[in-house]
Amino acid sequence: MYTQGLDGDIGPVREAETADEKALEARFQAKIDAEIRIEPDDWMPEGYRRTLIRQISQHAHSEIVGMLPEGNWVTRAPTLRRKAILLAKIQDEAGHGLYLYSACETLGVERAELVEQLLAGKAKYSSIFNYPTLSWADVGMIGWLVDGAAIMNQVPLQRCSYGPYARAMVRICKEESFHQRQGYEIVMTLAEGTPEQRRMVQESLDRWWWPALMMFGPPDSDSVHTAQSMKWKIKRVTNDELRQKFVDVTVPQAERLGLRIPDPELKWNPERGHYDFGPVPWEEFWRVIKGDGPCNRERLAQRRRAHEEGRWVREAALAHAEKRRLRSRAA
Amino acid sequence: MTENDWPLYEIFIRPRNGLAHRHVGSLHAPDPEMAIEMARDLYTRRGEGSSIWAVPSSAIAASSPDEKASLFEPAEDKDYRYPTHYKIPSDVKNM
Ligand SMILES: [Fe+2]
Ligand SMILES: [Fe+2]
Ligand SMILES: [Fe+2]
Repeated sequence: MYTQGLDGDIGPVREAETADEKALEARFQAKIDAEIRIEPDDWMPEGYRRTLIRQISQHAHSEIVGMLPEGNWVTRAPTLRRKAILLAKIQDEAGHGLYLYSACETLGVERAELVEQLLAGKAKYSSIFNYPTLSWADVGMIGWLVDGAAIMNQVPLQRCSYGPYARAMVRICKEESFHQRQGYEIVMTLAEGTPEQRRMVQESLDRWWWPALMMFGPPDSDSVHTAQSMKWKIKRVTNDELRQKFVDVTVPQAERLGLRIPDPELKWNPERGHYDFGPVPWEEFWRVIKGDGPCNRERLAQRRRAHEEGRWVREAALAHAEKRRLRSRAA
Repeated sequence: MTENDWPLYEIFIRPRNGLAHRHVGSLHAPDPEMAIEMARDLYTRRGEGSSIWAVPSSAIAASSPDEKASLFEPAEDKDYRYPTHYKIPSDVKNM
């Protein structure tokens, strides 16, 4: 989801031409088919490498930008316990970003280069983080829906064919489950609270529901690169399958709290054994992806500012390392 | 060295005494001491470790996937290195 199936856009890739290249490619695909993981030094097709770099870096950027909407509420968390939890969750997301940048580096790109692309506005990250957090209920909603959707997407990625990405996902998935549960707990507390708190949490769900469904990326009919990613086992489940699964597990969770999903067409379909749901507003999705969501500019400006304002820390660390080096040489 | 080329360290964590250090990932740091401090924050937020090793990635020599056959195949036809290779009558106990 954090990559939203946009990862296929990797520019022109040279096809295998010589017999040698074709043999290498066949052997590569045979390994994938046999569920043998690909490791950094193994031969891989250029398209596979570039698809992964694109996907893992978008995923990493999403973790990093994803800290901003939640960071907005740290100083206003209603209790000390909630504040400590929120800080721990945000710190986890920073960690997720770093695990993913280092997985990406095994493919031969530098983290500094990826960060630069993000700051220059040339890289994509999940559309969901371009929506504002207007009330405390939004912090709960992000944990419940956004981390919930992230888990749904990341669980199959633990079996991704590329070893370092799959291993980063194992770590990340272990940490995500607390993220979703703390969110649901916030939502539950508000849903069981005063009429005003109930209104607040329902209003929040009304705003986040559709953007959450968009996290799985465009419909399969519009995801041109899905087939290739599935063949390479970078991707194991399609966008629409994940979205359906998310709706199916989330609706009962909302009902349990007496919350209303803002979709008049939502209805259990006993024949399919799934919920039917209304059309996702895809025009909005494309608008946000192309840079015109409610907070795109603000998020990037904030990232850039944070990067600039943190410069002295990085410089101080370097000076400290240099001092230590000289001292140990003198000793 | 500039802030953009902090060297890469491979991080190994011992989950608890009695177990071996295990590779968990990598990170960039200005020097080994700070690599350990950063690894603490990055890889042991939930008590995952009781000891950390940080090794400059440049210090690691790795076998190449192309040599896989010449390196590892010699071990494959030496069945007699396994206990199951030997047929011992079942009435012989404690072996
Ligand atoms: Fe995360
Ligand atoms: Fe994630
Ligand atoms: Fe999370």
